[in-house]
Amino acid sequence: MRWMWIDRIVELMPKERMVAVKQISMAEEHLHDHFPSTDTRRAIPVMPMSLIVEGMAQTAGVLVGHAEGFKEKVVLAKVSKAQLTRDATPGCTLRYTATIEQFTSAGASTKGIVELIEPTAAGESTPEVIGHIDLLFSHLDQNMGGVEYPKDNFVFSESFKTLMQTSGIEANF
Amino acid sequence: MERSEIFDKIQEILVDALAVDDDEVTNEATLIGDLGAESIDILDISFKLEQEFGFKIAQGELFPEGITQDPEYVEDGKVTPKGLALLKERVPHFNFAQLEADPSVENVAKIFTVDALVTFCDQKLQAA
Repeated sequence: MRWMWIDRIVELMPKERMVAVKQISMAEEHLHDHFPSTDTRRAIPVMPMSLIVEGMAQTAGVLVGHAEGFKEKVVLAKVSKAQLTRDATPGCTLRYTATIEQFTSAGASTKGIVELIEPTAAGESTPEVIGHIDLLFSHLDQNMGGVEYPKDNFVFSESFKTLMQTSGIEANF
Repeated sequence: MERSEIFDKIQEILVDALAVDDDEVTNEATLIGDLGAESIDILDISFKLEQEFGFKIAQGELFPEGITQDPEYVEDGKVTPKGLALLKERVPHFNFAQLEADPSVENVAKIFTVDALVTFCDQKLQAA
């Protein structure tokens, strides 16, 4: 598994919305560098916001790809909006909800909500909305320049199939 | 809807989609040259226009696709008369005076102005 920033898909309403979660673990190497201790303060391990955007891109990207049976090469073309108001720390769960706003043969726009769920002695906290991430995806083979790409769908690789299978979703593509 | 009202809505859309200032969005401004739009922005702007005005935009309807890469329509860096005729048919909202005077292929992007966008929306709204 490479470069996967969502752990499980928990809800999929085809062509409409998808919800995925990511558990943040102290075992993730990047947290040791983001941010390391200095002479004057201890380390501050927080999930990099750029990777939270990537988590939303994977959630929304799978939703958009699923809409056409993963025939299109769906690539992130634009981050229209990304606002995050709180740090996500180890032990917490990030919950991504992506909704298709518009969908055409050329691509799709999505709206996304990021929620944070904290572990507590009594279980899990109520999800708290910590951000909004709106994205634009392009169907690569429908590009305006008429550029041709390899036939093989290199976007939805084996890692995505595994993610779908372990989430209980059919991945026959 | 009045053209001035359409312009105001388009100005808001372009400020949002292209991260430009209000005063940069003038009728004469070119989307690709002056406002820095890239091909993916055209898709973004299409989506935003559809949402704002409630009409549908087919792929290639707003900005011509494929014509300027086709040797049938471009020769020696210039749009052929056949190419020009096809452009007029595909994107009638463009003002072709400049391209007719100098049919260099790079001038196709230069005639895609904010004013052309206003005309496009005006025509779509009137046809609805």
